Amino acid sequence: MGDTPLSRRTFLSAAGVAGIAGLAGPLLSACGTSGPAGGKGGGKTLQVWVLQDAGQNPIQQAALDDFNKSSKTKLKLVPIATSGGADYTDKLRIGMGSPNPPDLIFNWGTGSIQDYAQGGRLVDLSSQLASDPTWKNSFLPSVLDAGKAAGKYYGIPLRGMQPVLVFYNKTLFAQHGQQPPATYDDLLKLVTYFDSKKIQPFALGHVDAWPNLMWLEYLVDRIGGPTVFQGILQNVLAGKPGGWGQPAMLDSLRRIQDLVDRRAFGTNFASVNYVNDGAGLLFAKGKAAMHLMGTWEMSNQVDKHPDFAKKDLSFAPFPTVAGGKGDANSVVGNPTNYFSISSKSADIAGATAFLKKEMANPMYVDKLIKAGDVPAVSGLESRLSASPNPEFAKYVYQMVQKAPSFTLSWDQALPHKFTDPLHTGLQKVFLKKMTPEQFVQAMDAVK
Amino acid sequence: MTAARAAVEGTDRAARPGALWIVPAALFFGVFAGVPLLLTAVLSFTEWNGLGTPHFNGLANWHRVVSDDAVWESLRVSLVFMVLCWLVQTPLSLLLGVWAAGRELNRAVLSSIFFLPLLMSTAAVAITWRVLLDPNFGLAATIGPYIGFPDGNIVGSQRGAVAAIVVVIAWQFVPFHTLLYQGAARQIPQMLYDAALIDGASRVRQFWHITLPQLRNTIVTSSVLMLVGSLTYFETILIVTNGGPGTATMVLPQRMYLSGFQSFQMGYASVIALVLAALGTALSLLIVRFSGFGKMHSTLEGI
Repeated sequence: MGDTPLSRRTFLSAAGVAGIAGLAGPLLSACGTSGPAGGKGGGKTLQVWVLQDAGQNPIQQAALDDFNKSSKTKLKLVPIATSGGADYTDKLRIGMGSPNPPDLIFNWGTGSIQDYAQGGRLVDLSSQLASDPTWKNSFLPSVLDAGKAAGKYYGIPLRGMQPVLVFYNKTLFAQHGQQPPATYDDLLKLVTYFDSKKIQPFALGHVDAWPNLMWLEYLVDRIGGPTVFQGILQNVLAGKPGGWGQPAMLDSLRRIQDLVDRRAFGTNFASVNYVNDGAGLLFAKGKAAMHLMGTWEMSNQVDKHPDFAKKDLSFAPFPTVAGGKGDANSVVGNPTNYFSISSKSADIAGATAFLKKEMANPMYVDKLIKAGDVPAVSGLESRLSASPNPEFAKYVYQMVQKAPSFTLSWDQALPHKFTDPLHTGLQKVFLKKMTPEQFVQAMDAVK
Repeated sequence: MTAARAAVEGTDRAARPGALWIVPAALFFGVFAGVPLLLTAVLSFTEWNGLGTPHFNGLANWHRVVSDDAVWESLRVSLVFMVLCWLVQTPLSLLLGVWAAGRELNRAVLSSIFFLPLLMSTAAVAITWRVLLDPNFGLAATIGPYIGFPDGNIVGSQRGAVAAIVVVIAWQFVPFHTLLYQGAARQIPQMLYDAALIDGASRVRQFWHITLPQLRNTIVTSSVLMLVGSLTYFETILIVTNGGPGTATMVLPQRMYLSGFQSFQMGYASVIALVLAALGTALSLLIVRFSGFGKMHSTLEGI
C-alpha cells in the first residue's frame, strides 16, 4: 500500500505518449487483477467531484473509504471550492468540456445536467435501475424522478432532501391566537391580521431572486397542478416556446402582485436579502411572522439564532388554493443532489458499483441523518430519531414520502438561459415593474 | 531653459531604444490581451455553450444584440454610472488631493486613514455595505427616514440603488484618485504661489489660476482611468444590489457575465465583451484627442 495510486490523468498521458491509449483500459485492469493487491497499477483511481462543504465532505469521504477497502477501483474525493454554488457549475462546465472529465459528478439533477445528458457525456442509468428493482426501490420515487434529464435517469440521490415549506413563529402565533394557514384564504386573513398589528406577515429575501420563485412555484402547483410546469419544460426542451401564458401561471402572478399590495412582504422587501441573513434575521427577531423557505432555513436558524430555532420556530405545508387542481401534498423545492457518471470514465462499471453499494448504505445514510440531513432513501422512519432535530426530520421525510410529485425549483430544471430572465422578470413582477402578461411574454421570447 | 530643453530632446533622440526593447511588453500584451481579444472576436460569430466545439452561426449574435432591449438598458445604466461616478469623484478627489499635498502632520495622519479603503478587497467592502444597507437592521434603517426613505428601502428604488452604488464606489476609489492629485499637487513649484502672493492673489484665485491649470494633465489621466474603469464596475454592484431592483442597476459587465456563465451562451457574451472593449478604447481615444493630452507638454514649461 506504500505506492500512491497512479492518477488517471498521469496514466492516460503516459499511455498517450506510448501510443497505446486505446489499450490503456484493458491493460490496466488486467494488471490489477493479476498483480498483488495494492501493488503498482492495482486498479484505477476515479475522480469524484463534489461541492466543497465542511459538513458533507467527510461523510462522502467515509463512503469512498468504505468502497475503496474492497474494490480494485479506487475513488478519490475532489471537493470543489465555491461561493454560493456558481463557481462549481463553471468549473464543472470546464471539466466536462476537457478530455479528462471527472468520473463521478455531484449535480442538482435535470436542468443542471441537461447539456451534458444531451451531449452524451453522462451514463444513462435507466436500464441499470430497471434491472435492479431493489436498488431502485431503495430511493424515494418522487426524488429519483425529479432528477431525470431528457426523460431518463442520470443521477442517484446522494444527500438530504430540501423541499420548501412555510416556517412560522409559533410563539407569535400563539400570542395572537392564530393558526398556520391551511388554505390560501387563511393566508390572506393572516396577512391582513399581522399587517394590522405592524408585524410583517412574510419575510422575503427578494434581492437574491430565487426566494421569490418559491411563491410562483407553489402557487402554480396548487392552482394548476405539476403538469403546468412539466408542459412548459417539455416545450422548452423540444426547442419550442414554453407556452408560459397559461391561466394557472397568470392567476399565480396576479396573486403575487395582490400579496405585494396587501403588504404581505412588508414595504421594503426590495432591499432585503436572504444570503446575508436579512430575511432570516427579520423572521428570528419576530418582526416577520412567517417565511416560505427551503428546509435549510432550519439549520440556518439553528446556526445563527439558536434560541429562536429552539423556542419559536415551527413549520407547516404550503396552503391549498380553493378550486385549484393541484394536490395538497405536492411539494416543490430542491429534491436533493445527485451523483452522475461521466460516459468518458475509464471505469463506468466501477463507478456504478460504488453508487449501488454506498448511496443507500446504512452507514452512509446514518451519517447523513446525524448531520441533520433527511436522505431520500426508503424505509428511514425509525432511523430518523438519530437526527439532531427528529421531529423536523420525520416531518420532512413524511412530507416527501407522501408527495405525489416533487417539482424541482424551476431555475434548476430549466436550461441555463432561462435563469436570468426568470429571476429578473419575477423580481419585476414583485416590484410591479412588469405585468403578469409581460412576464409570460418575456419568458416565451427567451432565446 | 531653451538650451536645456534642446539638450533633453537631443539626448532623447540619440538614446532612442532599439525595437528589441518592446519585445517583452509586446509579448506580454499579445499573449494576455491580444490573443484573447482575437479569440473573443472569433467566438462572437459562433454558438457555444462551453462544451465541445463552437459552431459558426454567422452574424446571428450580432443581430440579436442590436435588438436586445436588456443589453441596451444595461448600456444606459453603465453610461449613467460612468457620468455620475465622474461627477462625484473628480471634485472630491481633486480637493482632497490638493489638501493632502500640504506637509502638516494632521494632514498626513488624516490622509493615511483616508487611504485605507483603497487597501481593502472590493468584495469585502461590498459585503459590508450590503449589510449596512439592510432596511430593517442596517444603517439604512437608522438614517433612511432622514434622507427620504422612511422604511429604509434605499436599494429598493432605482434612484436609491444608483445613489448607493455611486457612494460605495466613490468611497472606495476616491482615495486612489486623491493619491494622484496629491502627487501632482506636490510637483507644483512653490515659486508660482510665492509670485501670486506678492501680486496679492487670494487662496481661491491661487487655486483657480495656478493649481487647477497645473493639474491639467492629472485631471485627464484620472478622468480616463475613471471613465474607462467605470465600464468594468461589476463585483460591487453584483454584491450590493445584484443588479436590482429588477434590472435597474444591471451594468453591461453583469449582463455579459450572466450570458456567459449563467446562460452559457459564450458567443453572445463575446459580442457584449467586444462592445465593452470597443467602448472603452473609443472613450480613451476621444478623451486623449479632445483634451489635447497627446500634444501636451510638461506643465513646468517656461519655469
